[in-house]
Amino acid sequence: MTTNLIDLQHSDVIMITSNMAENHPVGFQWVMKAKERGAKVIHVDPRYTRTSAAADIHMPLRSGTNIAFFGGLMNYAMQKNLYFKDYVVHYTNASFLLDPAFKNATDLNGLFTGYDGSKKSYDRSSWKYQLDGEGNPKRDLTLRDPLTVFQHLRRHYGRYTSAMVERVCGIPKAKFEEVAQLYCGTSGPEKTGTITYALNLTQHTNGVENIRALCMLQLLLGNIGRPGGGVTALRGHANVQGATDLELLYHELPGYLPMPLRDAHPDLKTYLEKETPKGGFWVNRPKFMVSLLKAFYDDAATKDNDFGYQWIPKRASADAYSHQHMFVDMYNGIIKGFLADGQNPAVGGPNAKLARAAMQRLDWLVVVDIFLTETAEVWKEPGVNPKDVKTEVFFVPAAPAAEKDGSLTNTMRLIQWHEKAVDPPGDVQTDAQFFCTLAHRLQKMYAGSRKERDKGFRAANFTYGAKPDHPEMVEVLKEINGVATEDISDKDGKVLYRKGQPINSFAQLTDDGKTTSGCWIYTGVTVESPDGKLINKAASRKPAEGTDYLAHGWGFAWPANRRILYNRASADLTGKPWSEKKKLIWWDPSVPGAKPEDKPGKWVGLDVPDFNAFLAPDAKNGDKPFIMRADLVGGFFGPLNDGPFPEHYEPVESPTKNLLSRQQINPVVKIWKVPDQKNELAPVGSKDYPYVITTYRLTEHHLSGVMSRYLPMLAELHHSHFAEISHELAKELGIQNGEKVTVVSPRGKVHVTAMVTNRIKPFTIDGKTVHLIGVPWHWGWKGVEQLPGSKGDITNDLSSTVGDPNVFIQETKAFVCNVKKGVV
Amino acid sequence: MARTLAMFTDTSLCIGCRACQVACKQWNELGLETPEWTGTYQNHAHFTEKTFRLVRFIEAPGAKPNGDLAWLLMSDVCKHCAQAGCLDACPTGAIYRTEHGTVNINQDVCNGCRYCVASCPFGVVSFNEQTGTAKKCTFCRIHNGLGPACAKACPTDSIQFGFRDDLVAKANKRVETLKGMGFKDAQLYGADSGGFLGGLNAFFLLLARPATYNLPEHPKLPQRNVVVDSLLSIGSAILVGVGAMLAFRQRGKGGE
Amino acid sequence: MSLSRRDFLKYGGATATGAALGTGVDMLPVEAAAVSLKIKEAKAFAGVCPYCAVGCGQLIYSKDNRIIDIEGNPDTPHTLGRLCPKGAATIQLSNNPLRPTKALYRAPGSDRWEEKPIEWMYDQIAKRYYDAREKHFIEKEKDKEGREVTVNRLEAIASLGSACIDNEECYLLSKLNRTFGIVYHEHQARV
Repeated sequence: MTTNLIDLQHSDVIMITSNMAENHPVGFQWVMKAKERGAKVIHVDPRYTRTSAAADIHMPLRSGTNIAFFGGLMNYAMQKNLYFKDYVVHYTNASFLLDPAFKNATDLNGLFTGYDGSKKSYDRSSWKYQLDGEGNPKRDLTLRDPLTVFQHLRRHYGRYTSAMVERVCGIPKAKFEEVAQLYCGTSGPEKTGTITYALNLTQHTNGVENIRALCMLQLLLGNIGRPGGGVTALRGHANVQGATDLELLYHELPGYLPMPLRDAHPDLKTYLEKETPKGGFWVNRPKFMVSLLKAFYDDAATKDNDFGYQWIPKRASADAYSHQHMFVDMYNGIIKGFLADGQNPAVGGPNAKLARAAMQRLDWLVVVDIFLTETAEVWKEPGVNPKDVKTEVFFVPAAPAAEKDGSLTNTMRLIQWHEKAVDPPGDVQTDAQFFCTLAHRLQKMYAGSRKERDKGFRAANFTYGAKPDHPEMVEVLKEINGVATEDISDKDGKVLYRKGQPINSFAQLTDDGKTTSGCWIYTGVTVESPDGKLINKAASRKPAEGTDYLAHGWGFAWPANRRILYNRASADLTGKPWSEKKKLIWWDPSVPGAKPEDKPGKWVGLDVPDFNAFLAPDAKNGDKPFIMRADLVGGFFGPLNDGPFPEHYEPVESPTKNLLSRQQINPVVKIWKVPDQKNELAPVGSKDYPYVITTYRLTEHHLSGVMSRYLPMLAELHHSHFAEISHELAKELGIQNGEKVTVVSPRGKVHVTAMVTNRIKPFTIDGKTVHLIGVPWHWGWKGVEQLPGSKGDITNDLSSTVGDPNVFIQETKAFVCNVKKGVV
Repeated sequence: MARTLAMFTDTSLCIGCRACQVACKQWNELGLETPEWTGTYQNHAHFTEKTFRLVRFIEAPGAKPNGDLAWLLMSDVCKHCAQAGCLDACPTGAIYRTEHGTVNINQDVCNGCRYCVASCPFGVVSFNEQTGTAKKCTFCRIHNGLGPACAKACPTDSIQFGFRDDLVAKANKRVETLKGMGFKDAQLYGADSGGFLGGLNAFFLLLARPATYNLPEHPKLPQRNVVVDSLLSIGSAILVGVGAMLAFRQRGKGGE
Repeated sequence: MSLSRRDFLKYGGATATGAALGTGVDMLPVEAAAVSLKIKEAKAFAGVCPYCAVGCGQLIYSKDNRIIDIEGNPDTPHTLGRLCPKGAATIQLSNNPLRPTKALYRAPGSDRWEEKPIEWMYDQIAKRYYDAREKHFIEKEKDKEGREVTVNRLEAIASLGSACIDNEECYLLSKLNRTFGIVYHEHQARV
């Protein structure tokens, strides 16, 4: 999240689009705190959940219509002048003039200029600003020029009227306008609002555009970077943020550096040229990339060999290697061996039947986990004869967090250190131990190699501390932070860093090989005290006190311990807070500058400035808060693979045609062809699969159930695997509460107990009744023997292999199904 | 005289997460048990010998201030009544009241007679077959200021622990606030020490009438009758005994 | 809570002292004898909950190398010592008879697990990795213009997970995978 959980208490209106009370209960206390202070809470969710119970307004919307909803809010805000004009004019690209050749989706009936139907992709050459003589975007600060981003936005979302929202989302017009008035009322200096989201917005073929739409609304209302504002992205796992930062993802290297592509980045020079923008903080990309290469390859990375750039694998295509690609390619035999470390794709990923069938075709499978998961035992899946599965399986028991030291990064970018309380029993390994031991064994096998292609791997260091296979975790964190590879002095010869000393700030990383950094955004987490001791800021434990409600002394938030991102936007062009009620940082002209000879003045306040602390508001770029973007302003117009503005498309499987345009689904959606009918899709408005299904989580369980179904204290909290069905649908189908039912999709079926409830209601979509059911996905065939309800069918057998065109995330929040009475 | 301690459960803050159920189970090492199908997320219809905190889930159409569906969520627990039916009924003295007003069952003394199980107006006390003793919330950890495990865990401070008079004052204010927000049926349950059972040391704020939560509107001590019956039994035993003595004496005298 | 949630217990391996809170809470002698605080003799460690991304601070109490209690850390600014049911159940991740403590191997076509020494496991796993890389490594290939480019890519091995391991471990895995040539490299960000 761009903001901080503690800061939620300062919101005037909180719009929860996720299910925060159930999936982030302890974080939810700050929503309750906001309520105590008079805030209103709106819950937007197809189902009435425990979050709705605590909210002032619950507004159900049909799964898969988030852009119609956010677009409707943006249209409402622009129509009613409920947007923060000064913020929009000065801090966003709303005033920028677009190339006259560019046309939006209102002009082109659901598409943007440059669409090539045969290639299913966009030629984006018209998606650009008009530039002046100096190469800067031309602007109209009145926002009236029809070619401004703002006017394009108006026309693009002009179709998203309240009446249209009612038809598409199933939200009655009056209710929508009540919520729109309430939420858009947070525009302007005196009020702020925040919006939460989680997988409810991401798990769609419009996933990334859903989030863009939320961000754009927040920019329109002037909420980003201000107390009680921001984008409250609620991540799901103890360290999914850390795993994302340290890049266990197909398309990036640690620190959000693009993973090289064969065609675009044949060498380091080309890579850096293409990936380094002309403006914004990413102009420092070369420093971060070179420092990463030095961290990976140590002394073997030199200027002469491009710091080992060629040893990093190059992707054959941007459309390859993601999670869903992985299982299709595994099924097709491209992948021979597979490591599943602390993840259970037999249950947890989309099209789980395909995933299991794919794993049953591997030569070998290594599973590192706390318990024997369904993935570990995929070779004896119910209904499968182990004789038919040739896969060799290696199971290494893994240690949970209490049995090791290390750091975890939570959803508010806060890195917290946790202490080892007990030793792992028996042969249980920590994951760090596993990776280092494996690396050392491999390096031993490669010890005699003189091949160029093996040099990089042989040079990479996996020893941290005295015991090679048991790394000292704080030493690893220090490498992530970054150190000096030789003594570094300033231009006057004063030694800034000794060789091996941790770097204090990413501003001091270099592109000449003098620094390493495993992940530049973490730089500053380990520093050295004046007497040479290593200080691990992730282990700082100073509670919040006084005005420091953001608790800068507890843990370390990246970047640079800034708790609320883009906080420059909390102040106006002169450096004064937009409102005293909503102050966060401000320019103090009386405080000394960086050096004695500098003009005085500094940004001060309640947070570390997410800005050059000494850049005056009236200096060049002193009024541009969005420092990570090339043009330093918030982006309404922002090219993604599927368009510069989010546009509503129906989910790949939908009960209705798209009412907003002629374009039924995302025009550049990724749909995989899988042999053996393992990815069949229902046609639009299918009579065989007439109901919308959404999948979700419960408070008491965790993801694929490995950390909950095996724990009696959690497994006993729910009787069995269930589906939530409305009274109306139950009546139609003759189903009673507590009966077993079968939920069927084109991919598979599950048997679950029907929970008939008032909390699900049918939708009216364009005048027709559309039923929705909800099915949690925590169950698998393993569990606690004494608790038969801890075992169940795998909900993800129902979902398909389709993906968002930007990051290939799956569409598990909105697809179609049928429901049959009994066990069929 | 120590000040009375209490737990105040403000159901208007409850998010039904069950942290209380698990924290209690973890601290008190209560052990595994099979859940029941109740038609909702609730995993037992009633308290059990291994579930001392039980979260109730009640769908109440129209009960929100704006007329929408309400989902009433309540973490139920032993009420630690000022006039405790279980304590009155216990023949062995196993059930005692601490100096802080809380009610506890001494597991070493309990003989498993189950009079307490029958005597609780709320159905709180349960019998554990394995230990052969009665079980209920122990109002744990008060003796070192940690406070009950459930209260500490509760994410939204729905369960509050402290001195009873402080909590009652706070609860009264909260009812007024909620009424001002449109929760016209907001009310306290068991806060009044002049009310039923002398007041509850684990009292509640409800958003609807007690009956909606399956709580008795006017709970009473059922063993008024048990006591009377006991007296009658004892009384008749005495009569029989005296009668027998008289009969023996007469025989003695009458003899030959 | 009306009474402070603070434990007055230091962590980082310190012993729980059970210091009185200063609330004037007196104990009856009978009760004092009958009730013992099980964490009194335990060491407290500062943990972070391993479940969701709120990252609640936890106090992990252990005695004789066994965890006996896990509860919230009241000093944590954003969670204040509170936990959800998962955080409150964390003890059962460690203390659980379902946990295997030995490495296990399943041979091709077999219907059962065999216990194996951990050293054997590492040797075998390393061999599988090595063989796959030696057999399937792509050192150079032609780009879309037909020019030969060094790609140093290994598609035969895929790696998935984890959002549940430490930052240091994620970094080590990224380093291992990328320096080895692995490109199928993913985790639960989408889950």
